[in-house]
Amino acid sequence: MNRKVKKILTSPTLAGLAALALFAGVLEIAVATDVIPQLIVARPSDTFMAFPELQKEMHLFGAFWETLGMCAAATGLALLIGIPFGYLMYRDDLIGRAYEGWLAAAFAAPTVLLYPLFLVMFGRSHMTLILMGFIPGAIPIAIQCRQGLLGVSPTLLNVGRSFNVTEREMFWKIQLPAAVPTIFTGIRIGVMYTLVNIVAIEYLIDFGGLGRIVSEMYFRFDSPGTYASILAVVAVSVLFYWCFGRVERWLRPV
Amino acid sequence: MSGTLEISNVSKTYDAGGENPVKALDKVSLTVNQGEFVSIIGPSGCGKSTLFNVIGGLIPDYTGEVTIDGHRIDGTHRDVGVVFQEESTFPWRTTLNNVAFPLEVQGMAREAREAKAREFIKLVGLEGFENHFPAQLSGGMKQRTAVARTLAYEPRIMLMDEPFGALDEQTRLLLGDKLLEIWSTLKQTMLLITHNITEAVQLSDRVVVMSYRPGRIKRVIDIELPRPRSSEVITTAEFGHYVGDIWNELREEASRGMADAEEKLAAR
Repeated sequence: MNRKVKKILTSPTLAGLAALALFAGVLEIAVATDVIPQLIVARPSDTFMAFPELQKEMHLFGAFWETLGMCAAATGLALLIGIPFGYLMYRDDLIGRAYEGWLAAAFAAPTVLLYPLFLVMFGRSHMTLILMGFIPGAIPIAIQCRQGLLGVSPTLLNVGRSFNVTEREMFWKIQLPAAVPTIFTGIRIGVMYTLVNIVAIEYLIDFGGLGRIVSEMYFRFDSPGTYASILAVVAVSVLFYWCFGRVERWLRPV
Repeated sequence: MSGTLEISNVSKTYDAGGENPVKALDKVSLTVNQGEFVSIIGPSGCGKSTLFNVIGGLIPDYTGEVTIDGHRIDGTHRDVGVVFQEESTFPWRTTLNNVAFPLEVQGMAREAREAKAREFIKLVGLEGFENHFPAQLSGGMKQRTAVARTLAYEPRIMLMDEPFGALDEQTRLLLGDKLLEIWSTLKQTMLLITHNITEAVQLSDRVVVMSYRPGRIKRVIDIELPRPRSSEVITTAEFGHYVGDIWNELREEASRGMADAEEKLAAR
């Protein structure tokens, strides 16, 4: 067998897709034979067929981009605030020790329940969605940023000192790249919670992108439509992970 | 290119909150002449690494004086290049970009610094690995990258803290040969901190034996083995004589260090 073909056939992506296809196949049979009731789980083939209808009736594609846009805005804001705050917590040990515990506690709390507060302040608007996505996104980014910078090997810092680097060079050329894997762990966690919060708020306030469609389909007892819109949410998540994975690989190739 | 290093009455005490201060170095004085290869050897806890950090400018609060050609140095210094014991290559940079790092922070143009970095990569025998990341290199290759990076800085004095300490004996001997080859080409002043007697004798003009805590210079031994030297020298009777001589000096210190460590463990 050609080496190139062998490489493609044994690629992790293909193995993952094959597992998904197998799962869909088993599910299709289980639902078709009533092992799993159709009212609870839609047949994968019906779910697949629901996409054109969702696009026609609910503008699924537009909702997909809307949710993606909200996530991107909330994540951007979380990065913009979370990284400098994490750096501040690293630089000032007092601030770091004072706030890290509170931030971790806030992260563990269900911040989604704050939505009535934001509804009062900003109404059923994109601002409410962005801020509700920003809160759980920024916290892990700030915490992991501090941890990442604290965890930079003292030897690497000494290498910088031995070459007489400036403080600015030390940060940009040594500390930040060294902390990238830990910071990206925070970003990945943050993105996940941002997406969850945004879709949940869209669902709860019947506004915005995919969460609104999931809500609509759910209340219509339209199982294929519900699962199809949930799959669209999964696609947003996959796209985000892929993008951040690319950025991480670019910043830290190995 | 001159580069005489003079260490005069250097002492350092670690004072952990006032309780049980540890005197790591006690009035250490040593002169390393320009172009000389000197090794400092001693048991764990003799203050070797403290002395390394003092000379490298990484510990500012010590008493005494360190000078290069008569000029006192405080903090890190342009004339002192440091190779660390621990893994110190930047994992996110290729061999080429690791070696070019000091040139980059000096503001050298990309093309010029890459050309210069390639010269030093060739010197340490890593030609063909320019675009490899440290994770794709062996332990010995990573340390050679670190050596090349420090060489690219063109310091007058190379300070090395057990650079091959984590490597197996055979690799260590071969890298010792490489280091001697580089030293004979560049004629830099070399100061090697080590706990390996074979390595010290293989490489050095003089071996400085340190006592266990507080670190003092116990004896300086001139190694009069012929140069140019290679690892083949370890098979000679003369080499064995030097190793035995140094071990005689070290045995008592190492025993003290071991007894002290065991005592501390028992007291826990």
